[in-house]
Amino acid sequence: MVDATMKSDVAAMRADKRGSLQRTFQRKSTIAFLMTLPLILLIATLVLYPAFYAVHLAMLNKTMERFVGLSNFTFLFKRETFWMVVMQSCIFAITAVFFKAIIGFIVAHLVHNIPDKGQRKWRGMLLVPWVIPPAMSTLAWLWLFDPSYSAFNWILESIGLSGVPWLGDVYWARFCVILVNVWIGAPFFMIMYLAALKSVPDQLYEAAKIDGANWWQTMRFVTIPMMRNIIMITALFSTIVTFANFDIVRVLTRGDPLDQTHVFATWAFRLGIEGGDIPLGASISLFMVPILTVGAIFILRDIVKRGNEA
Amino acid sequence: MSRKRISRRRFIAGSVATAAAIAAPHVSTSHAAGSLSLGMWDHWVPGGNKIFDGIAQDWATKEKVNLTIDYLSTQGNKLLLTIAAEAQARSGHDVMDFSAWEPAQYVRHLEPVGDVMKEVLATNGPITEAMQYIGTFTGDWNVVPSTRGSLILPPCTRIDYLKQHAGIDVQAMFPAGKDPTPDAANWTWDAFLLAAEKCHKAGASFGLPLGATTDSLDWVGALFSAYGAALVDAKGNINVKSDEVGQVLEYAKRLFAFLPPDVASWDNASNNKWLLSGKGALIFNPPSTWVVAKRDAPDIAAKLWTHAMPKGPKGRLAPLLPRYQGLWNFSKNKSAAKSLLVHINKPDNIRKIVAGAAGYDIPPYQKLLDYKVWDEQGPPAGTLSHYPNRGDQKNVMPCSPAPPQIASQLYTNAVMPKMIVRIGRGESIDKTLAWAASEIEGYTRQ
Repeated sequence: MVDATMKSDVAAMRADKRGSLQRTFQRKSTIAFLMTLPLILLIATLVLYPAFYAVHLAMLNKTMERFVGLSNFTFLFKRETFWMVVMQSCIFAITAVFFKAIIGFIVAHLVHNIPDKGQRKWRGMLLVPWVIPPAMSTLAWLWLFDPSYSAFNWILESIGLSGVPWLGDVYWARFCVILVNVWIGAPFFMIMYLAALKSVPDQLYEAAKIDGANWWQTMRFVTIPMMRNIIMITALFSTIVTFANFDIVRVLTRGDPLDQTHVFATWAFRLGIEGGDIPLGASISLFMVPILTVGAIFILRDIVKRGNEA
Repeated sequence: MSRKRISRRRFIAGSVATAAAIAAPHVSTSHAAGSLSLGMWDHWVPGGNKIFDGIAQDWATKEKVNLTIDYLSTQGNKLLLTIAAEAQARSGHDVMDFSAWEPAQYVRHLEPVGDVMKEVLATNGPITEAMQYIGTFTGDWNVVPSTRGSLILPPCTRIDYLKQHAGIDVQAMFPAGKDPTPDAANWTWDAFLLAAEKCHKAGASFGLPLGATTDSLDWVGALFSAYGAALVDAKGNINVKSDEVGQVLEYAKRLFAFLPPDVASWDNASNNKWLLSGKGALIFNPPSTWVVAKRDAPDIAAKLWTHAMPKGPKGRLAPLLPRYQGLWNFSKNKSAAKSLLVHINKPDNIRKIVAGAAGYDIPPYQKLLDYKVWDEQGPPAGTLSHYPNRGDQKNVMPCSPAPPQIASQLYTNAVMPKMIVRIGRGESIDKTLAWAASEIEGYTRQ
């Protein structure tokens, strides 16, 4: 009798266990986790591991034999060139993002006002700079600015003006790298803003019109508030990508003249790979991570907050 | 229980056999079938790789080694990035091709090759001092100097412009197939400055780059060395505020005024394009510019003459841009690699390499500079006769004699060209020297 009871208990426990396992696997969260597992592994391998490895590298000495803590960073803080690169990266990123946003905003409105029939053509053409690999399009720009064969200088000289040292003068060189970045990046803003514009309900514009709102009031109280989240997210992503830019400066100026067009990535490459000081290069490339992270947290929190309010 | 006595002889024989059995999988003599992989610099001269392929594969067939050669371009820093990745991963090719400063940067990962160099030097004779500077800075040879890809950057001059605007006949000073004439003694850095001024005023400026590129560093390094201006001495002491440095900066300030306005951002192609466009009277470059001109602008090519550097207070010094082959210390087939390195550097093979690259490559051995390949190039006939050292010209490694780890930073960060640009744009010499001292102080960090 006791035996029979024990046997039935064990069977019940087994059935219970099977049942709970089954329930676990049937749970939506488990299925979701399993389905995202490949992506999690991919991110862990391709993002988290390199990120932590970069932190590890940044804490080694020049010959990578000794742990030196944060002394690579304290060394950098004492270098005049480092602070120059910080300033240049900020000028580069802030100016470029500002102009990309302005141009993207204006062009998005222009495209939005084109009748649907011809709009696709314009959208496709305007996206071309963003679609071409930046290293290739920057090479074309390099030829346009070339000291011997510059097409721009040829035009200037043919109308009696003197040529411009596009990449040889500090201010012109900075202008050129920002110009190319804006040329490549503005279509991204344009397409994001266009998508946002299309999602604004027509009724809001009709209501504004009935209320007698003029163009500026419609823009201020309808269009911009409705686009705000997209504007913030686009600006945030673009700022991060622009701060991390490498190819434009590398192809166009390599940081010249006098290091005055270097940004974090190009200077990190110069010191880390070309100069054989990988820990210092890693430290330079990690410098912006905490600042951008804090910025990203605030902006994303604001977006989520407004999303919840809505 | 019987105990078996082991004789001393049997013990030694047994030990040797055991050691051999353990080591056998890791030792591949050059005669054993094994595999070897080379990461070689992708030659700019068409056909340069094919010649090397032939030489290396002949050896591989004879030694029954499965040889793989990957040609890695310096375009986009592919070679540099591969070296960095392989050193980090401690895996990859067995033998890598290194440019000037990489042996110093990766010395911890390199197998000493003194035994290879002993054999090479026995057949090829003494090697130039400039090549030894990086190759032996730890005492033993860390890398094997390469003929393939090693070059110097002497002036490549428009014969007509120099004659017309500056009254200098470079062909008369450096005649084809002959040593320099006594007139060449007048070819000094002072004469160079005067010629630069006259050509600039005539609208044909010298194309001397001052960006952070090898072409800039090389001619500026040679100028500094010709004046005896070393920013860091052989012991690593910062020596920025010396009379020689002051003297060379005064000179460079005057020269800067006669250069095109955007030289501070020129890359390695800009000076070539400057000469090919017909605007320039002189650049410092290996014969690649002339080779391209021969193909794309034959009229200009026929007016180009490569010749010796101007002479300074410390001599006539031509900048060397060397290449080396290094053997990773994690290679699995070191003995085969060493055998191949000896084979590549046999005089007959060096002759083939030089001929295959139309004289672009310069052997680092004085004894092997008697090849006719340079005299045979044209038009104009003998245009490369004075590409290798002739007369009193010697080679110099820019930024030497600083310890290579510091020199590589001076070179990579282009400290000397930046000093010239700074003073050229009106900064005081004192301020420029203070900036340079502060920069170099950072490079001495361990």
